Amino acid sequence: MLKFLARRLLLLLLSAVCITFVIFFLTNLQPNLRKVAKFEAGSRISDAEVTSWLQKNGYDRPFAVRYGEWLGVVPGWTGTNDEGAPVGRCIHAGADPASAPRYCGILQGDWGTSSVFKDSVGKIVATRLGLTGILMFWVMVTMVPISLAIGILAGMREGSRLDRALSTLSIASTSTPEYVSGVVLIVLFASSMTGLKWFKGSAASAMDGITFENFFLPVATIALYGIGYIARMTRASMTEVMTAQYIRTARLKGVSFRNVVLRHALRNALIAPFTVIMLQFPWLLNGVVITETLFNYKGFGWTLVQAAGNNDIQLLLGCSVCAVFVVLVTQLISDIGYAFLNPRIRIG
Amino acid sequence: MTPLNWSEILLAVALRLWPVWAALIATFALSIIFKRRLGLYGKLFDSTVGMIGFALVMFWAYTALFAPMIIDHDVLSQVGQMKNVVPGTPMPDGSGYYLLGGDHLGRDVFSRMVAGSSVVLQIAPLATLFAYMVGITLGLPAGYFGGRLDDGLSFLANLVLAFPVILLFYLLVTPEIVETGLPQYVAAVIFILPLLFLLLLLNSRYYVKPGFRNAAAAVILVAGGWTYLSLVSEKDTRIAFLPDALDWIHVPPNILIVFVSVIFVNAPTVFRIVRGLTLDIRTRDYVAAAQTRGEGPWYIMLWEILPNARGPLIVDFCLRIGYTTILLGTLGFFGLGLSPESPDWGSTINAGRKLLTIAPHPAFVPALALMSLVLGLNLLADGLREESLRD
Amino acid sequence: MSDTSTWDPSKPILEIENLSISFFTRLREIPAVMDFSCTVMPGEAMGLVGESGCGKSTVALAVMRDLGKNGRIVGGSIRFKGRDLTRMSDEDLRHIRGSEIAMIYQEPMASLNPAMRIGAQLAEVPMIHEGMAKDEAWALARQIVADVRLPDPDRILRAYPHQLSGGQQQRIVIAMALMSKPALLILDEPTTALDVTVEAGIVDLVKDLGAKYGTSMLFISHNLGLVLDVCDRLCVMYSGEAVETGAVADVFDRMQHPYTQALFRSIPLPGADKNARPLISIPGNFPLPHERPPGCNFGPRCSYFAKGLCDAAEVPMVRVAGHDRHDTRCLRVAEIDWQAAPAARAGQGRSEIGPVVLKMDDVKKYYEVSGGMFGGGARKVVKANETLSFEAHEGETLAIVGESGCGKSTFAKVLMGLETATSGRIMLYDRDIQNTPIEKRSTETVSGVQMVFQNPFDTLNPSMTVGRQIIRALEIFGQGKDDKERADRMLELLDVVKLPRAFAERMPRQLSGGQKQRVGIARAFAGGAKIVVADEPVSALDVSVQAAVTDLLMEIQRKNRTTLLFISHDLSIVRYLSDRVMVMYLGHVVELGTTDQVFAPPYHPYTEALLSAVPIADTRVEKKRIVLEGDIPSAMNPPPGCPFQTRCRWKARVSPAGLCEREMPPMRVLAGGHQIKCHLSDTELASMEPVIKIAAE
Repeated sequence: MLKFLARRLLLLLLSAVCITFVIFFLTNLQPNLRKVAKFEAGSRISDAEVTSWLQKNGYDRPFAVRYGEWLGVVPGWTGTNDEGAPVGRCIHAGADPASAPRYCGILQGDWGTSSVFKDSVGKIVATRLGLTGILMFWVMVTMVPISLAIGILAGMREGSRLDRALSTLSIASTSTPEYVSGVVLIVLFASSMTGLKWFKGSAASAMDGITFENFFLPVATIALYGIGYIARMTRASMTEVMTAQYIRTARLKGVSFRNVVLRHALRNALIAPFTVIMLQFPWLLNGVVITETLFNYKGFGWTLVQAAGNNDIQLLLGCSVCAVFVVLVTQLISDIGYAFLNPRIRIG
Repeated sequence: MTPLNWSEILLAVALRLWPVWAALIATFALSIIFKRRLGLYGKLFDSTVGMIGFALVMFWAYTALFAPMIIDHDVLSQVGQMKNVVPGTPMPDGSGYYLLGGDHLGRDVFSRMVAGSSVVLQIAPLATLFAYMVGITLGLPAGYFGGRLDDGLSFLANLVLAFPVILLFYLLVTPEIVETGLPQYVAAVIFILPLLFLLLLLNSRYYVKPGFRNAAAAVILVAGGWTYLSLVSEKDTRIAFLPDALDWIHVPPNILIVFVSVIFVNAPTVFRIVRGLTLDIRTRDYVAAAQTRGEGPWYIMLWEILPNARGPLIVDFCLRIGYTTILLGTLGFFGLGLSPESPDWGSTINAGRKLLTIAPHPAFVPALALMSLVLGLNLLADGLREESLRD
Repeated sequence: MSDTSTWDPSKPILEIENLSISFFTRLREIPAVMDFSCTVMPGEAMGLVGESGCGKSTVALAVMRDLGKNGRIVGGSIRFKGRDLTRMSDEDLRHIRGSEIAMIYQEPMASLNPAMRIGAQLAEVPMIHEGMAKDEAWALARQIVADVRLPDPDRILRAYPHQLSGGQQQRIVIAMALMSKPALLILDEPTTALDVTVEAGIVDLVKDLGAKYGTSMLFISHNLGLVLDVCDRLCVMYSGEAVETGAVADVFDRMQHPYTQALFRSIPLPGADKNARPLISIPGNFPLPHERPPGCNFGPRCSYFAKGLCDAAEVPMVRVAGHDRHDTRCLRVAEIDWQAAPAARAGQGRSEIGPVVLKMDDVKKYYEVSGGMFGGGARKVVKANETLSFEAHEGETLAIVGESGCGKSTFAKVLMGLETATSGRIMLYDRDIQNTPIEKRSTETVSGVQMVFQNPFDTLNPSMTVGRQIIRALEIFGQGKDDKERADRMLELLDVVKLPRAFAERMPRQLSGGQKQRVGIARAFAGGAKIVVADEPVSALDVSVQAAVTDLLMEIQRKNRTTLLFISHDLSIVRYLSDRVMVMYLGHVVELGTTDQVFAPPYHPYTEALLSAVPIADTRVEKKRIVLEGDIPSAMNPPPGCPFQTRCRWKARVSPAGLCEREMPPMRVLAGGHQIKCHLSDTELASMEPVIKIAAE
C-alpha cells in the first residue's frame, strides 16, 4: 500500500512538473512577452525598445532557466537598471536589495505580482479560491445526493417507467451546458420575459452575504449539468450490479427488494460513481468559470478569465497551478478511494 | 404591417423551414420502410428515444444544409430600428419580419440561428472525426502492445486530461499562439494521421497482393497528400509552401486553432476508450487465430480488433459530437477563436447575455438551439446503445 | 412456515404439472418450455438433463419464480408442498425462497457478493427467515462452513469471496443454500465451471449432505455421468419438452425415447475405440425455439421418424408399461426394438504412425510477474512449463491431459511461436524452431503448425464473413495464384468440413457452435497443416454435436496424415481417440505412454485420481472412488518437491518419509516406454488396481 502511494505521488509530481512547464511555455511565448512590454512601458514603443525592455527585465534568458526561477529551483536573476541600482527577480520595488532572497519561485511561496490587480498573486488566488470554495460546497451539497438518488432509483428497476422518466431527465440535463442552463434559468426566473423574478440574475451581492435569492441560480446552473452526468454513471453502474448473479442469489435467498438494493447492490454500485465524481473536478472547474462569468461572481473562475483576458502572466500562471493542483489531487484521492471501496483491489 | 402574435410567428418559422420538413419526412419514410434491411441503423427505428434523437439531429443537419434557402435576412446587416426588438416585429421598410426578434446590433436572430447551425455542424463532426483518428491510431497500439508504449501514451493522455479544458482554451486559442504558428505545426502532425491510418489499413491487409496494394497506395498518396498539403498550407502564415493555385482548401488560422484545440481535448478520452476496448478484444481467440497464422500487428489491430469495437465507438462518437458542440459553444461564450461577428451559437449567447434580463430572446434562441442539438445527439446515442445491446 | 404443518410428508414435495413458459420479445413470443411435468418426492434427487437451450434452467428458475422481465409462466402449475407457487404473492414467495427452496448456481464467483464478507452473506439467511440474532447466525454459519468441509472456518467467514479458490467458493454457495435446512435444493450445473478433480469433491459433498439433511434435490446438468452419480430419477429434456422421465437405472439401461438413445450413443464410453466402434452423432441441428417442427420436436433428427405419424400432432407423454413411473414422449415406443444394436458403421482401419515430426527436448517456459495489484512486492517467477520432453509422429494423435494451471495452454503458445521458450529445443522435422517467434517463421512453418481453439463463440471474427476468413488464411499461407483460385479452394474446404457452400456468405453469428467450430477447423487446415493443436475443441459443444466434430477432425487427420495434439481434460474422449497420452500437472509431465498404458495400472497417483473423478454415464462401470483433498495449487506458488505431493494419497507409502516434499521425482521409464514421474517403488506401482472396471453383462 505504501509503495502504491509513493508511486502515485511520484507520478503526480512528474505530471505537475510537465503541466506547469507547458503552461509556463504557453504563457511566456514571445508575442505574450512583447505585449507585456508594451503594457508596462507604453503601447507606442518601437520594436527595438521592446527588445531592450525585455532584456532589462530578465526575459531574454534561456527559457528553461526562467522556468527554474519561477519554480524556485534556480536563483533569481539580478542586474542593474538604468540608474545603476541593483534590480532582480527577487528584489521587490522599495525593498533592500541586500536582504532579498536568492530564490523566489512558487516553491518559496512567491507567486509574483498581478499586473491587473496590482497585488500579490498568492493573496488574490487565496481570496478568490475561498469564494469559489463556498460556491463549490453548495454545488456538491446539492449535486451529489440528488444525482446518486436519481441514478439508484433509475437503475434499480431497469426499463421501468420511473427509470425511463429519470433517464430522460438525466440526458436532458447533460445536454444543457452551463451557459445554456444559466441563460435559460435567468430568462425564466429573473427576467422581464416571464416576469417571475424569483431570483437575482447576478450573484455579485453574494460575495458580501449569501442569500437563497442571489445564490440559487449559480448553484443550480453548475449542479444541473453535473447531476445528469453523475446520475447516468450511477444508473449504468446500478443496472449492471442489479443484473449480477449475486443479486439473484440474494433475491433467491429471500432478501426483500429493499434490502437487496440497500445491503447488496448499493456498495458495489457506488464504486464507479465515486471515481466519476472525483474525476469531475477538472470539468466542474469549467462550470465554475462559465457560471462565475455569467453571474458576475468574482471568484476563482472570474479571476482566471480576467487574468487571461488582460495578459496578466503571473496571475494566469498562479491560477493555472492552482487548478492543475486541485485536479491532480482529486485524481489521487479517486485512485486511493477506489482501492479502499473495492475489497477486491484492497487486499490485492 | 402589424407585429405578429406567437402563433403567427411559429407558423411563419415552420414555413421558412419547409425544406427541412420535406427532407425529414423523406428520410423517415424511407428508413422505416427498409428498416429490417439496414442493420443497426434500421433497428434505431424500433426505439422511440432513438427516433426522437435522430429526428432532432437530422433536423439540425438539414437546417445547416439548407441554410441559404431558409435564411430571410442577411446575418451581418444591422438595422438601427430593429435593436432588441421582440419576436415578430416587422421591418421598417416592410420587407418582412424579424421572426425571432433582433439582437443588440439590430440583426435578425432567426437567420443568425440558422446560419449558426451550419458553422457548428461543419466543425463539430469533423473535429470529432479527427479526434477519433488520433485516438484510434494511438489507442490501438497502446492496448495491443502494452508495456512501455502503453505507459508512455497513457501518461501523456492523463496529462492532457488533467488540464482544465477552459484553461487549455485560454492558453491555446489566443491570437498570440496563432502568431507563433503553433496551431499549424500541430495541425501538420494531426492531419497526417488519417493518411497514415489509411495506408496502414491498406498495407496490413493487401501486402499479400502487392499489385493492388501499390496502385491503391498511389491513389491514396496523391489524393490524400494533396488534401493534406492544402489543409496545412495557408497563405501569409508560417506554413505557406503550396502555391496558391494548388491550395484548394482554405482554413483561416483562427478556425484552425479552434479545430486543433477541440481535437486536443477530445483525443485523450477517445484514446482511453479505444485502449480499453483493445485490451478486452485482444484476448479473444480470433485474435489468437490471426496471430497463429502469422498476421502482422497492424492487420490484427485494424481488421480484427477495430471492427469488433465499432459498437461502443459509434455510440461514443454521437455523444462526443454533442460534447464537441458544447465545447465550441464554450469557446464562443468566452469570445475565443471565432470572430465576434460569427453567427455560431456560443458567440451569439455571449453577445446576448449582457442584456439578458431586458431582452432575453437574442441569447435564449441560440441557447435552445444548442441544447436541442446536443439533446438529440445524446438521445441518439442512448437509442443506439440500447438497440445494439438487444437481441 | 404457514402451510407446512398441513402437508403430508408422503406426498411429493414438488409437483410440476403441464408447465409452459414463454419469453416475450418485441417480435414474438418464444416458448421456452412446453407441457413440462415432473414430480420430486421427499429425499429424492431428480436429475434434469439436456443440451444447452433445452429449457432445463428455465424450469429451475420458474420453480424459484425468477424468470426476469420477459419470461412468464403461461400455463400449468408448480406445487411445492401442496401450495401452488405460480399463484403465490411476492411476499409469500420471499418466505419460501432461501428457507424452503434454495438454489446453487453454475458460477460460484459471480454468485457471491464481492463486497460482503462470507460470514455476513451466510448469516443473513437465518437472520431473515428465522429472525435469528446476529451472533447466533454467525455461529451457525461457522458450523455449516465446517460441514461443507472447509478448513479454518473462522478465517473463511471473515474473508471476501475473491480470496477463496473456485472450489471453496462453490462450497460456500452450498453452505449458503443449507443455512436454513431447505426442503428442496436446486442445483444448476453446480460443477461445470470447476476442474474435474474439484468437481468430484463437490459431488461427494452434495450427495452426503443430501442424505444427512434429507433434502430433495433438483439437479440440472448436461453431463449424464454426473446425473448417474448423484440422482435417483431423471428427466431428459429436448427443445423445451421433457421427452423421457424415469428412474435412473430404467432410463440408462432401458431407454424408451430415440433422443435418449441417440444421446447415449454419441458419448464415448470406456471400451469404445475410434477405429473399432465409432461414435454415432445425431444428424442435423437443434431447432431454434421459434422454428420448432410440427409434431415431435426431435422428428427431423430421429432415425425412427415416420412421416404422417410423428409430424401430425403434438406428441403426449405416455407411461411405459412395466416400469416404475417411466414416461416417454414417443408415439412409436412400442414398435421400436430398444435393445437392437446400432447399425454398425464401417470402422476405419487404424492409420499407420509415421516418422517423428515434432520433438520437444527439455523445454522450459518461465514467466516473470510482479506480485500484487499495487505493483509492489518481489517479482515472482511462474514456472508454466518444466522439462517438457516428448516426440510426436506423423499421423498420430497425442492427447495432452490436465486441469487448469497444468501448463497446456502455455505449451500450445510456445509451440505456435506466440511465446519463446525459456530453454530447451523444439524441432519441427529437422528445423529448430524454439527461438523463432512467429513473425520470423517461414510461411511453410507457420501454415504447417496450426491450431483449433476451444470457444466456438470466440474463434471466428464476428464482423467478417465465413468465406472471407478462410480466404484470408489462404492468402496468408500463399495458397492459390489469384482471388478466383482461392475462392474455389475455400469452397472445397467448406465441403471438407461438411458445411453447405452457401455458408461462405454468412456471418459467424448466423452459425451454431458446432458449425463455427467446423469453420475453425477448415481455417486451420487451409495451408495443409502438418501439426494441428486442438485446444479442447469440443468441450464447449453439446454432447450430440461433440461426436460429429470429433469425427470430422479424425477424418481430416487420417486423410492428411496430420499429427494431432489434442488438449483435453475429458478422459473419455481422450481414451476414445488418442494413440498416446501425456498427463500434465502444474507444468510437469507426470505420465506419458500409449493410451492403453496410461488407462491401465500402474498409474501415476494423479492419473489415478483423474480417472476416478471423471463421471461415466454407464451403469455397468464400477469405479474406485478417489477424492482428492483441496484444490490445485497456484502455479505462482508451487509446493516444494513433487508438485502433486499436497494431494497425493500414496505419499505415505513412499520411503524414506518426506522424500516427496523434498525432491522432485525422476521420470521413470517402465515397460514399453511408459513414463511415470513418481517416487513410488516398483512394487507399490505394481500393486495398483484398475480404477474402472466394467461389470460383466
